[in-house]
Amino acid sequence: MITAEALEKRYGGKRVLRGISFVVRPGTTMIVTGANGSGKTTLMRLLAGLAAPSGGSLSVGAARSRIGVVGHEPLLYRELTALENLELYGRLYRVPERRERAGMLLERYGLWDVRKERVDAYSRGMVQRLALCRALLHDPELLLLDEPHTALDADGAALLDDELADRAGSSTLVVATHDPDRLAPIATAQLALGSA
Amino acid sequence: MSGYAGDVAALARKDLRLELRSRETLPAMVLFVVAMLVVAHFALPEQASDDAAFGLLWVALVFTAVLGLTRAWVPERSAGALDGLVLATTDLSAIWLGKAIASLAFLLAAAAVAVPAFSILFAPIDAYAIGGIVLASIGISAVGALASAMAAATRGREILLPLILLPLSIPLIAGGVGSGVSPEPGRYLAFLGLYDVVFALLSWAAFEYVVTE
Repeated sequence: MITAEALEKRYGGKRVLRGISFVVRPGTTMIVTGANGSGKTTLMRLLAGLAAPSGGSLSVGAARSRIGVVGHEPLLYRELTALENLELYGRLYRVPERRERAGMLLERYGLWDVRKERVDAYSRGMVQRLALCRALLHDPELLLLDEPHTALDADGAALLDDELADRAGSSTLVVATHDPDRLAPIATAQLALGSA
Repeated sequence: MSGYAGDVAALARKDLRLELRSRETLPAMVLFVVAMLVVAHFALPEQASDDAAFGLLWVALVFTAVLGLTRAWVPERSAGALDGLVLATTDLSAIWLGKAIASLAFLLAAAAVAVPAFSILFAPIDAYAIGGIVLASIGISAVGALASAMAAATRGREILLPLILLPLSIPLIAGGVGSGVSPEPGRYLAFLGLYDVVFALLSWAAFEYVVTE
């Protein structure tokens, strides 16, 4: 369960998040909305444990290694192939039968045929698909997605929608988006961030 | 290999693979150290002692290490991969140790070229001096992997890394030079070994605070 109480984040003198509070129960799918600069990405970094709050309190009831993150950066090595990236992350996440799991995800996201190509040869949409594979590799209990449909074509976006629909209810999903209608069928909570 | 050691091995292997693909760091380090020795060869007066030349070998090795370490975290910064590693790695010190081992491999490879070049240009190097180079390389890689991670988080990383690393390298230079020119090299080798242990432990313990906010 995620519990945020008067959560604040400042970078230097700039306050990015101003005293937000919310509770996310296990299995919830929460949509985070807000204008550019409202702090959606900062909130995601706080939830992932990649940044520390400047004020208030935050409790995320999942170990960092049980969280899957898709952010604005793919968190991949561009000079490695897709398979090498997933094998490295699978090793670090201690994924059992990681090669098979990586292969299954690459197949599902349409990257199997290019699995041995370096990521720097991929299009932006392919990189985003691979970032999703990385985030799902260890079957996380908490999935943090920051505008995950960005750069995906219609097929890729549909794959992601299916993935989220499959996971809704069993995993906790926090999705920052500018298109809340797309996720409305699975959303069970919404957090609207105003400008700080 | 499983657990922590397996993580470290996977991370170090990843760095070696990236270098094999890009060939951006090691060739630059080798060319730099040889160029430094050639410059020193012409800069030193003829009557200069071999001890003075040996000191210049150490200057060349330390600056070569700085050159390599400046690029050490570039792959992690280019697409946010460091965040990915922080999320995935159970014990964050494994990230530091993997980077230190890869940096050590690059530095020893550069030293493997520098030592014969020094022998040709100046004077032969004995086993004690080579032991000093290996021990000092371990120390500078351990401290350098931490210092370069700190510097990589800033905009002025090329400036900040030498400012952090060079003062910390002074004991290594003193120990390394001593192992090559002193009549009692064992004392200097023991000092280098002690430095390695102390600073490796400090870097290992501090790394988590460097990569998390």
